[in-house]
Amino acid sequence: MSGETILSVDRLTMRFGGIVAVQDLSFAAERKRITALIGPNGAGKTTVFNCITGFYKPSGGSIRLTHDDGRTIALERLNDFRIAKQAKVARTFQNIRLFPGMTALENLMVAQHNALMRASGLTFLGLIGAPGYRDAEKRAIDLATDWLRRVNLLDRADDAAGNFAYGDQRRLEIARAMCTEPALLCLDEPAAGLNARESAALSELLLSIRNELGTSILLIEHDMSVVMEISDHIVVMDHGVKIAEGSPRAVRDDPKVIAAYLGTDEDEAVAVMESGS
Amino acid sequence: MDYFAQQLINGLVLGSIYGLIAIGYTMVYGIVGMINFAHGDVFMIGGFIALITFLLLISTGLTAIPVILLVVLLVSMAITALYGWTIERIAYRPLRHSFRLAPMLSAIGMSFVLTNYSQVAQGARVKPIPPVITGGYTLHESADGFVIQLSNIQIIVVITTIVLLAIFTWLVSRTRLGRDMRACEQDQTMAALLGVDVDRTISMTFVIGAALAAVAGLMYLLYYGLVDFFMGFVAGIKAFTAAVLGGIGSLPGAMLGGLAIGLIETFWSAYFSVEYKDVAAFSILIVVLIFMPTGLLGRPEVEKV
Amino acid sequence: MTVISPETASASRTAGIPALLKTAFVNALIALVLFSLMVGIRTEAGSDGQLTYWTRFGEVAALVAAVFGGSIVIELLRQWIGPAGTEKLIPPAVQTGMSLVGRYLAPALLVFTLLVPVIFYDQRYILDLAILVLTYVMLGWGLNVVVGLAGLLDLGYVAFYAVGAYSYALLATNFGWSFWVCLPLAGILAAFWGVLLGFPVLRLRGDYLAIVTLAFGEIIRLVIINWQELTGGPNGVSGIPRPSFFGIPLDNSDDGLAALLHIEYSTTHRIVFLFYLILALALLTNWVTIRLRRLPIGRAWEALREDEVACRALGINTTTTKLTAFATGAMFGGFAGAFFATRQGFISPESFTFQESALVLAIVVLGGMGSQLGVALAALAMIGGFELFRSLETYRMLVFGMAMVLIMIWRPRGLIGHRAPTVYLTKAQAISSDLVKEGHG
Repeated sequence: MSGETILSVDRLTMRFGGIVAVQDLSFAAERKRITALIGPNGAGKTTVFNCITGFYKPSGGSIRLTHDDGRTIALERLNDFRIAKQAKVARTFQNIRLFPGMTALENLMVAQHNALMRASGLTFLGLIGAPGYRDAEKRAIDLATDWLRRVNLLDRADDAAGNFAYGDQRRLEIARAMCTEPALLCLDEPAAGLNARESAALSELLLSIRNELGTSILLIEHDMSVVMEISDHIVVMDHGVKIAEGSPRAVRDDPKVIAAYLGTDEDEAVAVMESGS
Repeated sequence: MDYFAQQLINGLVLGSIYGLIAIGYTMVYGIVGMINFAHGDVFMIGGFIALITFLLLISTGLTAIPVILLVVLLVSMAITALYGWTIERIAYRPLRHSFRLAPMLSAIGMSFVLTNYSQVAQGARVKPIPPVITGGYTLHESADGFVIQLSNIQIIVVITTIVLLAIFTWLVSRTRLGRDMRACEQDQTMAALLGVDVDRTISMTFVIGAALAAVAGLMYLLYYGLVDFFMGFVAGIKAFTAAVLGGIGSLPGAMLGGLAIGLIETFWSAYFSVEYKDVAAFSILIVVLIFMPTGLLGRPEVEKV
Repeated sequence: MTVISPETASASRTAGIPALLKTAFVNALIALVLFSLMVGIRTEAGSDGQLTYWTRFGEVAALVAAVFGGSIVIELLRQWIGPAGTEKLIPPAVQTGMSLVGRYLAPALLVFTLLVPVIFYDQRYILDLAILVLTYVMLGWGLNVVVGLAGLLDLGYVAFYAVGAYSYALLATNFGWSFWVCLPLAGILAAFWGVLLGFPVLRLRGDYLAIVTLAFGEIIRLVIINWQELTGGPNGVSGIPRPSFFGIPLDNSDDGLAALLHIEYSTTHRIVFLFYLILALALLTNWVTIRLRRLPIGRAWEALREDEVACRALGINTTTTKLTAFATGAMFGGFAGAFFATRQGFISPESFTFQESALVLAIVVLGGMGSQLGVALAALAMIGGFELFRSLETYRMLVFGMAMVLIMIWRPRGLIGHRAPTVYLTKAQAISSDLVKEGHG
């Protein structure tokens, strides 16, 4: 691993009652890179996400986020909304969680809540229509418009999010997460349910987020074409532990990974690989 | 100590009545996920029907108290159950898949209807009956003359509650109906796909809940010797509080919550002030929920992310 | 007793008259059992405390016949109108037409309201009723912040109304403070109680929150009843000062407003003044709510109603957001309470029962949650309708309860079934209420 680390997970453990969902997991994600977390269903990927984004309190281990300015934040000590607000970690959800009764634009405005809240002088300045707030709101609308354009939904800005097609909802959710101006973007299966064309567009979007904005991305994904195409680094999990890690190529050829996915043991996987190549 | 023991007995009796009503709330909540605000009034209707049946039987010249009580019990359970069934059909079933607040408002409306129906039909004045069951046992007499009494009516209330709970537990855990009810509680669509008649099961839930409320109504009538059209509101809120305290959706929780509320109320009245007994019960509800957000025996709500 | 599910209804449509009669007969039979004892036997406690009874079989027969006839009529209507649920499929053209009407309805209604004291100057009854309606409009708008926008179910809203009323009553009678000093204090105290209640309980969800708010409402009422030294207990507080026109009393005295303006004194002056006072308070509530909806806090309230988990993922402090909603709603309730106290001149715990909370909640839900115009219309319909049935005496609550059930079945989402967006790029489009969530709190 070269370069600068933005997120380092160290010996993360998560237990639910007697069940160990994640055990002693350690990995790191680099700044301005796309790190993918993959593994078969039930491997504990979403649990890791929920620990990183504060929805679960880890049973053990540490999660450190290092900002540009060198500031390091212990995520396991912050709870829910503070991770998004102070640590600047944004996330999307496996089963899309938009605000369905609000328009696309409103969704993106809600994402800028904290910035706008400050500008509105905790509502009081906004209530009397202070010019400072009006400027801030204009800027917020501009940012939202910019993101709607990026995800190709500008013409539907004033439609209710609940009316959007599935693929559009996925992109809108990413745009909403980006409107919080995060340092780290966590995506939970962004390509799930997308067709091939939409998956390709998604890959392009994620690459542009990395390349143009320099946002670090951590993603969980089952769609291997997306993962292999865009990831800089891949962490493979199975049964709550890390079984492999490395570049897309290295992971693809790792017998342990294939075994985990095929549900066979390692020797058979090697045999499968050798017969195939 | 003697005073304490006496209050313990009183509290348990009161708690049994609350528990019987609370079961109706918890069952309905478990299966359709709504607060049946009219349930307290169903209890009141049960009390009235018991009173009227009782009066009719007495006027026929019947004197065998056990026979009278048994008939009163059966008649009030049957008719009140039909009230429960009708209420569900009219006010709740059309709203089953509607927005969450609609059935609740409908239930509040139904509660007003029942309260005032009873007021119009039977008048606003309190209806007393002479003590039906008298006598009791002196459990202990202390040196300073304080007596711990266990009256026959208290014994009857507690025994009836225990017997009903046993029957009810058997019904839910061992019979086809109970299995259907639990299935509907988990997933109505899936239950329907597997051949459970969801409409009928929900109707039966209301019928059973109303029948138990009728028993509570009869017990209340016998224990306090009176009924009035407004008694459903306070008893309903207390019983609902009991259901929530115990963990709404949980049947043992409802009984436990009922006993807890009964005991809190009795002890508070005995040791502090009668005026603030309800304040005490509600305050303890709030305190318990702060520390145990899903009640004493409720399943913790897992937030699926 | 229209106890027919849609399935049986469609079956009877094909089966025709015999099935119709059978349904009506079954319903009549059910009614007979239900009414037999409750209506057929009338009990009453005699002067000696003995219970007596007399029979009323005629009434039972009439009711059963009514159910029989009613079943047939309703069943025929159902067949004639078509399957249940058609009424929900209002054509889009009609809907847009309605929203067009809606755009002009609000200003028209406002102009009319402003003119009410002019038009009905001599009709004290109408003015009193209008003041009552406006009080409930204000309460509805206040609760709408909590229930309609933030999606938090509050069954104890009347507690804040009571806090406001008693704050003004006690401050004014004990310290002689003027209405205009007490009004903000009443609002602040109510908001304070809102926060006090909200702080521990807002992490509760759904029906747990509902019961706790209900319990809180009851606690406040019971404390008011029992803390006799402070509140006068069940006897209430009387002799609450009337409001002044910014220091100038509205009475018959030499320095009263009438004397200063050299016009003849009339008690109607005070009524008209009260009318405009509550109108101003209600409009203030409305204006603040509309402003807040377009501010980040208001959007956060609505987002909270839509999806609390997503809110947290976006860095929104859900606890403070809920608290502000609670406090804002409570504050408006407190203002309304202070107004109520000064208008009545006398308050007692009887005015602050659960029925009031239920009534205000019904207004909000019937209005269409979150819609300001809807709430105003619902308040007008409910309070006005309630007054229409005043002659029915004891039957009034019966009719009111039935109306609540029927309205919910007819329009579960309320009168105004769409939500207006708070910000738009090109065109504000109404959002169908089918998409709008109603919160789990």
